[in-house]
Order: sequence, then C-alpha cells, then structure tokens
Amino acid sequence: MKQMGKLAWALWFGYAFLYVPIALLIFYSFNESRLVTVWGGFSTKWYAELLQNDQLLGAAWLSLKVAAMSATASVVLGTVAGLALARFGRFRGRTLFGGMITAPLVMPEVITGLSLLLLFVALEQAIGWPDGRGMTTITIAHTTFTMAYVAVIIQSRLVSLDESLEEAAMDLGARPAKVFFVITLPIIAPAIVSGWLLAFTLSLDDVVVASFVSGPGSTTLPMVIFSSVKFGISPQINALATLMMVVVATGIFIASLVMARQDRQRKRDEQMAVQGG
Amino acid sequence: MAVQPIRKPTRLEPWQDPGQKPYVRIEKVTKTFGDFVAVDEVSLSIYRGEFFALLGGSGSGKTTLLRMLAGFETPTEGKIFIDGVDMAGIPPYERPVNMMFQSYALFPHMSVEQNVAFGLKQDGVAKAEIKERVGAILDLVQLGQFGKRKPHQLSGGQRQRVALARSLVKRPKLLLLDEPLGALDKRLRERTQFELVNIQEKLGVTFIVVTHDQEEAMTMSSRIAVMNHGVIAQTGTPTEIYEYPQSRFVAEFIGSVNMFEGRVVEDQADHVLIRSEDAGCDLYINHAVAVPAGATVGVAVRPEKIALSKEPPVNAAANAAANADGRNVTSGIVREIAYLGDVSIYLVELKTGKTVRVTAPNVVRRTEMPITWDDEVYLSWRPFAGVVLTQ
Ligand SMILES: Nc1ncnc2c1ncn2[C@@H]1O[C@H](COP(=O)(O)OP(=O)(O)OP(=O)(O)O)[C@@H](O)[C@H]1O
Ligand SMILES: [Mg+2]
Repeated sequence: MKQMGKLAWALWFGYAFLYVPIALLIFYSFNESRLVTVWGGFSTKWYAELLQNDQLLGAAWLSLKVAAMSATASVVLGTVAGLALARFGRFRGRTLFGGMITAPLVMPEVITGLSLLLLFVALEQAIGWPDGRGMTTITIAHTTFTMAYVAVIIQSRLVSLDESLEEAAMDLGARPAKVFFVITLPIIAPAIVSGWLLAFTLSLDDVVVASFVSGPGSTTLPMVIFSSVKFGISPQINALATLMMVVVATGIFIASLVMARQDRQRKRDEQMAVQGG
Repeated sequence: MAVQPIRKPTRLEPWQDPGQKPYVRIEKVTKTFGDFVAVDEVSLSIYRGEFFALLGGSGSGKTTLLRMLAGFETPTEGKIFIDGVDMAGIPPYERPVNMMFQSYALFPHMSVEQNVAFGLKQDGVAKAEIKERVGAILDLVQLGQFGKRKPHQLSGGQRQRVALARSLVKRPKLLLLDEPLGALDKRLRERTQFELVNIQEKLGVTFIVVTHDQEEAMTMSSRIAVMNHGVIAQTGTPTEIYEYPQSRFVAEFIGSVNMFEGRVVEDQADHVLIRSEDAGCDLYINHAVAVPAGATVGVAVRPEKIALSKEPPVNAAANAAANADGRNVTSGIVREIAYLGDVSIYLVELKTGKTVRVTAPNVVRRTEMPITWDDEVYLSWRPFAGVVLTQ
C-alpha cells in the first residue's frame, strides 16, 4: 500500500512536470492583466485582440502553409528515397547513401540553416531563382531537413513489409508502377501519415533554420514568438498558443477515436474468424 | 513406407514419347549469389499437364529455381524456355506463369474476393466475368462464404486456399507452388493434396510443386526431381525414384534404406555378386551393373523388401540361385520393435555389428506375433531387392 502511494506520487509528479507549463499558459491566456505573471481577473480580451493582430495571424498562417507544403513535399521525396534504399537491392554506394540519409538528423540546425542560406544566395546570383527569400525558401529548407525523418520512417516500414506481396502482384500481371500504387502505397499508408505529421510538427516549431532562410516579409510564428520574448510576451501569444493546442488536441482525439474503432472492428472480425462463423 | 501415388498412371507418359515437345525447358541453368552457387547447371524438361515435384533438403535451391521460372531472379547462366519462348528479359508480369508463394503473400488490405480478382483486373477482364470467375473458383476451394473477409480473418488453411484460388483464377498454363501445404496439419494436408490433384486434372494446368516432404512428392506428382546442393540428383516417376535410386543420396533421401558396403566379386551378364563384410553374406543381384569386378559399391535394400523368419529360409525355386550358399541371407538379433499399427519396424543387429531396419505388415495381432525382442532371426531378400549404387 505504501509502495502504491509512492508510485502514485511519482506518477503525479511526472505528469505535473509535463502539463503544468501548458496549463499555466492556458490559464494566463484568460488573464485580464498585461503582465504575464500577475493575475488580474478573467477576460477573453486577448483573444479579441489576437483576431485584430494581422502580424501574428499572418505569421501563424504562413507557418501552417509552410508546414503543410513542406510536409507534403518531404513525404513524396522521403518515400522515393526510402523506397530506393529498401527495395532496389545492392546498387553501388548503397551503404553510403543509407548513411547519408540519416546525416541531417544529427546535423546541427545552425549548420543546415547556414548552408541552405549560402545555397540560395548562390543560386539567386547564378540563375536568378529563388527571387529573394520568403515562403519558398523556408518551404524548401524545411523539406530538406524533414525529408530525412520521413525517409527513415518509410524505409523501416518497407523493410518489414514482405517483399513477396509486391512480387505476387507483379506475378498476377501488375506493372511495377501499378504495384506501387495499388499494393505498396496502401499498405505503408499509416507510415506515410505519421511521417507527414512528424514533418508537419518539425516544420511548425522550427525557428533556427527558418531564421536563416526567411526574408523581411516572411516571418514564421515561432520566429515571432521567439523575438517577442525579448520585449516581453504579449498575452495574445498565450491566446494563440491555446487556440493551436485546442486544434491539435482535437485532431489527435479524433484520430485516436478512429483508430480505436478500427481496432475494435478488427478484434471483432478476428473473433468471428476464430469461431469459424 | 507404404506410400502409393494417388493418381492413376496415364497411358502414354509424355517424357517417354519422343514426339512430345516439353512445355518448360530448363537448359543448363546456373544461379550464383556472389560466390555461392545456389543452382548448378540444372536441365529439366517438363511436359504439359504434368504435376512435377521439386524435392530436396533445405537450401538445395528449389525456391531459387522456381523464382527463376517466375521471373523474379535472372539465371546467371543458361536458358529457360516456356512453350518454346525464351524467357530471358521477359518480366514476371508478362509470363504465362502464376506462382503460389511459400508465405501465401495475400494482400492484407484487400478482401478475399479482391485478392482473387486482382489478377483478372490486371488483364482487363470485364466486371461481370470477373465476378463470375471469382465466385466459381472460390466455390472450388470451398471458400464461397468467405469472400468478404480480410486475410487476417482466416485460418491458415483457409489462407492457403485463397492463395491457391488467386493463382488458379487466371488459368495460367503453368502454376508454380512453393511448399503449398507446408503450414497445414496432417489431415487438412492430405485432403488438400487430393484437392490439388483433382484441380490439376480438371483444369489441365501444368504444376511445378516445391516441397521438402517426400511423402507429399510421392503421392501427388507424375515425376519428381530430387535436388541436392543446387544439382538435380535424379529425375523420374515416384516409383523409379523409390525403386531405382541412382545414387546414395537419392536412396537415403527418399524413404528409409539399408545400405551395405561391398566389393564386386562376380560380374556376369545376368547377375552380380557382391561380397559384403557389412551384411555378413554375399549379395546376389539379378541384373548386370556397369562396374568392373573388384570395385567397391553400395547396395541399398529397402526395409519392406527384407523378410524375417526364425527358421533359415527355405529356398523357393525362384530364389534358388540367389539364396544358394547363403546369399542374401544373414542373421541377427532383434533389438527394437516399433509397432505402428499396420506395420511394425524391427531393428535387427547383425553379427557384423550393423543394424538393419526391417518393416513387416502385421498380419496377425500384436499379442500373437511370433518374433519378439532378443530373438535370433534370419533376414533374407529376393535377387531383385538390392540396388547397386556406385555414386
Ligand atoms: N537472394 C539471395 N542471396 C544470397 N543467397 C541466397 C539468396 N536466395 C537464396 N540464397 C541461397 O541459395 C540457397 C538456396 O536457397 P533456396 O531458397 O532456393 O532453398 P530451398 O531449396 O528453397 O530451401 P527451403 O526448403 O529451405 O525453402 C540457400 O543456401 C540460400 O541461402
Ligand atoms: Mg524454399
């Protein structure tokens, strides 16, 4: 019993560690006072002000757009890379490529950011593209470093996928492209979805790489938050963060509901099969 | 080993008819993986409508050979012809071949019906016809009510039948089956063996079946190729393989066998005489062998071809020459008896120290059996029973 008590305390402590900061943020987003740490009574005025704040909303919108686009691009490229690594046998330099795909995972972001900046500047001088830095360059930069994560996820899924499924499809008359879209893709779809979500999240909270490759007109949300910290955080940011959290939490909740339903369905089916119905 | 083929012998066996063209011709095919030779100069001719078994131990190259036929591996050397067409450079999706995988390889995200319909869809068969053919083939494998299920909702045996239906529904001219019954229990296995043979005879498909179960190969196939370390050790009908093995490997791989070592002392046109220390008697065989006198050879005698008796065997007229001077007769002491119901297996220790295995049908009830442990018995066999093996 005593043991249980201790364990329960440890549990509570762990969860508090995780969630108190978030709870505090939500709590202060309803604070009347401008001072972040002083409670001045309940109010939703920061939410109202937030809706007027074009700079903040613009940054949030830009961040979401960049995250969605770069996640999509990196899923496409990462799938291709993962497929090449997992499927095309032992081509020359395969080990080298296999190692190189994971390098961006451990590369310091500052270096990634700096090298991309150099690349963009050089490209602009050479061929006149990208024209200045902005949403395009941020998207490209985010794609480069999130692609590595996606490729690793897809590759490990493909390695565990029985290759004879693809061979069977080919044996039954499907051409390789068809095999990919009808067999491989549907089976690895969950890995692709989680790769997309991971890329989206990584892009959404990146501040270092974005700082290097963004231009004057394009500031992402993390950059705005990060720079505003120096001047004191406006409670509007608390409000924005709360809103985003609600959106994310709702998304996760719906996803897990769907997954749980599928799981139950599968269990029922399996039971039916066992009973030989 | 009382295995009987479950098919009636066909009147004219195509491999004996020089006018017949083989449907599949494998010419000196070699496949290497790095330095490792998985398939070594294999040549085979397989005829239309055959049920051809590839038999061999684990790692002997059976799957590799099958995968080359299906087009998943390219031969390092040699050629494969199917229906007279050289298969070099023809991808799997353009070959008139379907393969049933060792792992079944059912598409997990598709229902049974969709799995079976997949191949027909690739060929652009009309919807109505697909529905009809899928329904018919599922009925054939007795899975009519399971069409809407996903593969993970099926038992192992049901999955195996879906895989079979999927590879049959396209009516391929050549069907490759990689250990099709490996995962089934004994009863389901026997039933499915019959089903397979029925289907094969009904649809007239040419089957090439990989197995490492010799009993399965014996019962189902028209011919068997025994593989060993990538080499075909022998090709022949089940009876040929069992009764006339050409090498020690084949003799020992198929069924059980007693192997006596000896030296040829008499080499005549109508018989050979082999002196064997092992057997403790001279071995008389009523046909000539192409080995010079003095050569050392092995003589294989199947356990069921040896007769046991407590008295010295009487020389029946037919055996007179053979059993004269105690040829093909030896004696020993019964060390073990395994009662299997229909037959009993006796392990007899000869005076020479060699243990010989004998199987005898249980004609009388067990309690009345005349021969028991530690009895001294005579072993004898007829002049045709031994097979001389030089390799
Ligand atoms: N892709 C490959 N790379 C390297 N070696 C291989 C490859 N495929 C097969 N081999 C080797 O070739 C040999 C023959 O393999 P194969 O799969 O044909 O055996 P098998 O007769 O089907 O055996 P089993 O009865 O165990 O299925 C094995 O030693 C195997 O290790
Ligand atoms: Mg195999």
